[in-house]
Amino acid sequence: MKTIIATGLLVLNLIGSAWAEPMLINGAGATFPYPVYSKWFDEYARINPDIHINYQSIGSGGGIRQASEQTVDFGATDGPMNDEQMGKAKVKLLHFPTVLGAVVPTYNLPEAQTDLNFTPQVLAGIFLGTITKWNDPEIAKANPGAKLPDKIIIVVHRSDGSGTTYVWVDYLSKVSPEWKEKVGVGTSVNWPVGLGGKGNEGVAGLVKQTPYAIGYVELIYAEQNKMPSGAVQNSDGKFVKAGLDAVTAAAAAAAKAMPADFRVSITNAPGEKAYPITSFTWLLIPEKIADPKKGKAITGFLKWMLKDGQRLAPELLYAPLPKEVVAMEEKAIGQVKY
Amino acid sequence: MVRSSISPFRFAAFHRPGVSPADRFFRATVFTVAMSVLLIMGVIAFELVRNSRLPIAKFGWGFLWGTTWDPVAERFGALPFLYGTLVSSALALLIAVPVGLGVAIFLSELAPRWLSDPVTFLVELLAAIPSVIYGLVGIFVLVPLIRNSLEPLLSAALGFLPFFQGAPYGVGMLTAGLLLAMMVVPFVVSVSREILMAVPHSQREAVLSLGATQWEMVRIAVLPYARSGIMGSIFLALARALGETMAVTMVIGNRPEIRLSLFEPGYTMAAVIANEFTEATSDLYVQTLVEIGLVLFAVTILVNALARLLIYNVFTKVEVRE
Repeated sequence: MKTIIATGLLVLNLIGSAWAEPMLINGAGATFPYPVYSKWFDEYARINPDIHINYQSIGSGGGIRQASEQTVDFGATDGPMNDEQMGKAKVKLLHFPTVLGAVVPTYNLPEAQTDLNFTPQVLAGIFLGTITKWNDPEIAKANPGAKLPDKIIIVVHRSDGSGTTYVWVDYLSKVSPEWKEKVGVGTSVNWPVGLGGKGNEGVAGLVKQTPYAIGYVELIYAEQNKMPSGAVQNSDGKFVKAGLDAVTAAAAAAAKAMPADFRVSITNAPGEKAYPITSFTWLLIPEKIADPKKGKAITGFLKWMLKDGQRLAPELLYAPLPKEVVAMEEKAIGQVKY
Repeated sequence: MVRSSISPFRFAAFHRPGVSPADRFFRATVFTVAMSVLLIMGVIAFELVRNSRLPIAKFGWGFLWGTTWDPVAERFGALPFLYGTLVSSALALLIAVPVGLGVAIFLSELAPRWLSDPVTFLVELLAAIPSVIYGLVGIFVLVPLIRNSLEPLLSAALGFLPFFQGAPYGVGMLTAGLLLAMMVVPFVVSVSREILMAVPHSQREAVLSLGATQWEMVRIAVLPYARSGIMGSIFLALARALGETMAVTMVIGNRPEIRLSLFEPGYTMAAVIANEFTEATSDLYVQTLVEIGLVLFAVTILVNALARLLIYNVFTKVEVRE
């Protein structure tokens, strides 16, 4: 029965494609925005049936590599390309921020009655291995009145290379000179302490099961799985819990210092309401698109994404871009030549 | 497949002169198929070397005993992964071989048919479960069990040994070994059982008629007859354990360090490739991961060759004594 249906669909498909060949645009890259991207590409194909965008979430590294080699029409990444990567690319790639993500500390502290507060020093100390117990005075100072046990902290981090890790360590590098010097920034790093869990689900699984563990996951993942997440002290000294508004606030604060090429890290952004462990995720669009039809389709999608697309983001728990950034990007679309 | 491992010369009879054209055609066909295996191996080896030129030039042989893995500073060493792969696989075989052989002997020699048939079916079903499912079972069932029961028990009873010391995380080398053992037992069982069933009944009857117990019958008449097939099943299990990626990475803790204690987290070669390949951007980083693949390839060949040699020697000595 199934085969009959499948064959039927196949035949219908063939007839359909004979009717009007939709233009196929291939993209590849970041996994973090995949749910919202696939929703966008679906919606966009509904409005423009002659354009079909095919996106493979192979990871930011693969996205940068394939876009640089021009084996795909566009790439996507969770961390901006560095100058060395830009230099090596066969074509100049323009960065277009699409949505925002945040990374939150999550923990398993049976004694904790309320959400914990984390200062930047505490987070860096825990992940560097210099703060080893939950009743450390640094933690106690940020959490007056909280019951903190005399137990060893079990650190959990991502084992797979990921944009989540990139944002997390980018933040730690900004707030801790020691981290910057000893560990640095990357999608995978040489962790001073801790266990590695594969994917958000691996980290979440270990933290949920292991008493006195702490790890970090994407905000969306923490919300969907109702995991406890701590408030983090931002650069204005306020403890802020991550949420769509706090994330967009961080981006709006950072927009004032936005460079023309959008390659910017917005972790530790200024502003009272800004959540500090936040990042854009980008599409990588070639500056020169050989096929004018494809160029028109891609820029058309970018315009739609900045207007209608943004409205679809919050329902999937992605923070939309602040108005200032949308305005800048709308202007930047003009740089794409075809 | 397993039987061919008994002796590559078994089918030498095909090379007789004066065979019919049909036979000649058949011979040529199977020869080509067999050679294609060699060709594929050759191409894999060549491509692995070709795509890891950068790290080979940069780190040289030192890559094999380097212990740092720092993607940010691009300093790489393979030893922790080498150690993790070998130790987790050895641990898995240590558990899986006796258990698997026991099950196989029970199924082929002792179990009544109404029991042996369904159990055999279920065992073969176990082999078909995707490894990510084993990984999930590992995370949600095995890890808490090991953290709360097995590791405290082991450290209380055998804590004086360096292998059973340290904090019980639940994830680590021990868990990886146990999970791998679960995954390879079906291979040992189903292949060994087939081999044991193929042992002629006259063998068993001859020994039983001399007044042997069932255990003596198995030991004297069945196992020696089936040894090369059993060897084959162990190799199959070993190969699966060395290359297993998904399930292992979910429970081993993914920490590139060499620790004697089995409670501590470790890392394997297959796991680090799967974990870091998608996000590796620089050429050196990507090629280093390919070189890890090359090392894994070499280790698989080497370990299989060594195991063959070892088991061959052991069995020939047994034969001399008999």
